[in-house]
Amino acid sequence: MSAPLLSVKDLRVVFSVGGTLSRLRGHVTAIEGVAGVSFDIAKGETFALVGESGSGKTTLARTLNGLQKVASGSIHFDGKDATSMGRAEMKELRRRAPMMFQDPVGSLSPRLDVRALLAEPFRIHGMSDRDLDAEVRRLLTLVGLPVDFASRYPHQLSGGQARRVGVARAVALDPQLIIADEPTAGLDVSVQGEVLNLLNDLRDRLGLSMLIITHNLHVVRQIADRTAVMYLGRFVEMGETEAIFRSPAHPYTAALLSANPEPDPDRVHDRIKLPPEVPSVMARPSGCEFHTRCPFAQDLCRRNAPPLRVNGGHQLTCHFPMNTPAQAGLEQAQ
Amino acid sequence: MSSIRGSRGAEMTMTTDQNTPAPALDIDALSVSFATDGGTLHALKDVSFSVPKGRITGIVGESGCGKSTLINAILGLLADNGEVTGGAIRLGESADITKLTPRQMRDLRGLQISTVFQDPMGALNPVLSVGKQMRDIQYRSNLSKREKDARSVEMLRQVRIPDPEKRLTQYPHEFSGGMKQRVAIAMALMMRPQLLIADEPTTALDATLEVATIELLKELQQEIGCAVLFISHHLGVIAELCDDMIVMYAGEVVEQGSVRQIFRNPSHPYTRALLDCDPARLHERVKHLPTIPGTLPDLRNRPKGCVFQARCALAKPECGQPVTSVEVTPGHIARCIRTNEVTA
Repeated sequence: MSAPLLSVKDLRVVFSVGGTLSRLRGHVTAIEGVAGVSFDIAKGETFALVGESGSGKTTLARTLNGLQKVASGSIHFDGKDATSMGRAEMKELRRRAPMMFQDPVGSLSPRLDVRALLAEPFRIHGMSDRDLDAEVRRLLTLVGLPVDFASRYPHQLSGGQARRVGVARAVALDPQLIIADEPTAGLDVSVQGEVLNLLNDLRDRLGLSMLIITHNLHVVRQIADRTAVMYLGRFVEMGETEAIFRSPAHPYTAALLSANPEPDPDRVHDRIKLPPEVPSVMARPSGCEFHTRCPFAQDLCRRNAPPLRVNGGHQLTCHFPMNTPAQAGLEQAQ
Repeated sequence: MSSIRGSRGAEMTMTTDQNTPAPALDIDALSVSFATDGGTLHALKDVSFSVPKGRITGIVGESGCGKSTLINAILGLLADNGEVTGGAIRLGESADITKLTPRQMRDLRGLQISTVFQDPMGALNPVLSVGKQMRDIQYRSNLSKREKDARSVEMLRQVRIPDPEKRLTQYPHEFSGGMKQRVAIAMALMMRPQLLIADEPTTALDATLEVATIELLKELQQEIGCAVLFISHHLGVIAELCDDMIVMYAGEVVEQGSVRQIFRNPSHPYTRALLDCDPARLHERVKHLPTIPGTLPDLRNRPKGCVFQARCALAKPECGQPVTSVEVTPGHIARCIRTNEVTA
């Protein structure tokens, strides 16, 4: 296998909280938003990050793009160390690994029309000498919008159309990796399908890699080759998407999958119920950090942090993985 | 016995027996328009359905289908340029509430109809403690401050907020997103309303919290015995929570029936297309996800005949004629002349 496009090793991101007073009182002054995460994304691969709000998904994505400072660990993009890059190199990295932000309409400036929005990446990266009108036409066609949309403003676009403009901006400068934060959140199901089809299609046509952040598991299954499940800033399970959906090994992954309401009124749900109290990264639980909500937690889980188990491309951190036949009933039905 | 009626009540053969009590909410041929610069926008056209007492009715439909307009019409909160141009809304035994004065309407809201909205943060005032807000919404009651607080604590306990006495003194930012939504539910149900309108209450929540919130809502609904009108675009949530459902498209009810009738036997081409689009129904990866080609019709200039014809794979010239509703099975109604071919 060739060298991965993106390689992240033991990445930590720390936020400082509170002021001098809390330090003097001996309170927590630093929290880890991302707490030691390692993964690779190969060329042409789609990698999904799933997890609940506050699990650190967006922080991780922002860090890859240089929008958040790295506390320790390394990020290599196309062989180059991104943690030691200067401004110019970082700008070049953002050109090749652009980010699509969450809110489709809100991430477009309301004062710019679509032509200006699509020409903006070229201006920022000093490429205004290109025929911008031709580029705008090319991009609109690429994402399946009529060429006359160039004169519209964001408020005149539907959510799906605005998302297409966002995709066009992201692919404008021949990127290698697209980082998409909740690309389909807030879109109707029929439009969600259109956007996912577009992303899948562009990936195949342009040979892109993608990092997709979402909490919609159905989206993950349709788009991602590999998936990582995040909890309190760490990966609790990572592997091939299909393998994770077929037989989740970490109780948290299993609970997430079983929490997915299915459009079938007669389906009997055999759910793993989690207490809704998510611990805070300000006060991380001892041992396995999931033990406060885990229905299978034992004494060992409360005392010792579980080791990282690696089995081929699949890895997880759990003392008692769910791979016994007795627990197979919790798998997502096929 | 179902008490769902056809969209043109008078034309339909009724299957409800005469002794059924009045439904919690009855909407009869409701039409709503907005005056805009580009002309009159017909946002709702001939919407008829009822929510029986003690049941949960779901409304599904995509952006622009009129869900929000419908809620605002029920609550008497249409924007200034909006107007009910026809039909009636009845709440329990009451007369048409669209005829009430704003003052009379205000007396209904919060007492007989209450609402939980999508964004729990937006529903709570960030500068007042939760206890103060919960006390304030009991302003109509004669209880003392201490008694009101005791009720608030009781309500918070019911929505499973741990340590409710202490929580009363805290502010919304000290609660997690799921907890804030539970506080909003507690506040909406405090006065034991006849009808709870829940507008996408779980959309902003994570999967595990979504399921917990649905279960909580169902439990409280059974305990209080209120009717619920539940709006969502998440078909899985509708299937799990609701008894009956209504499918809306471009301001019209295109299909209605029990959840089981519609999920088992979708009889309007739009309902079928919408169900097909849901990736939750796909249990493996597909090359191309299904979508619904085309866009919503212009509501200022509604098409003659079927409102879905421009995007419908089964459309034929007759679809340009006025549509009559077809009763597929008792209580299951689709507004499509080719219903039999959809189900075939």
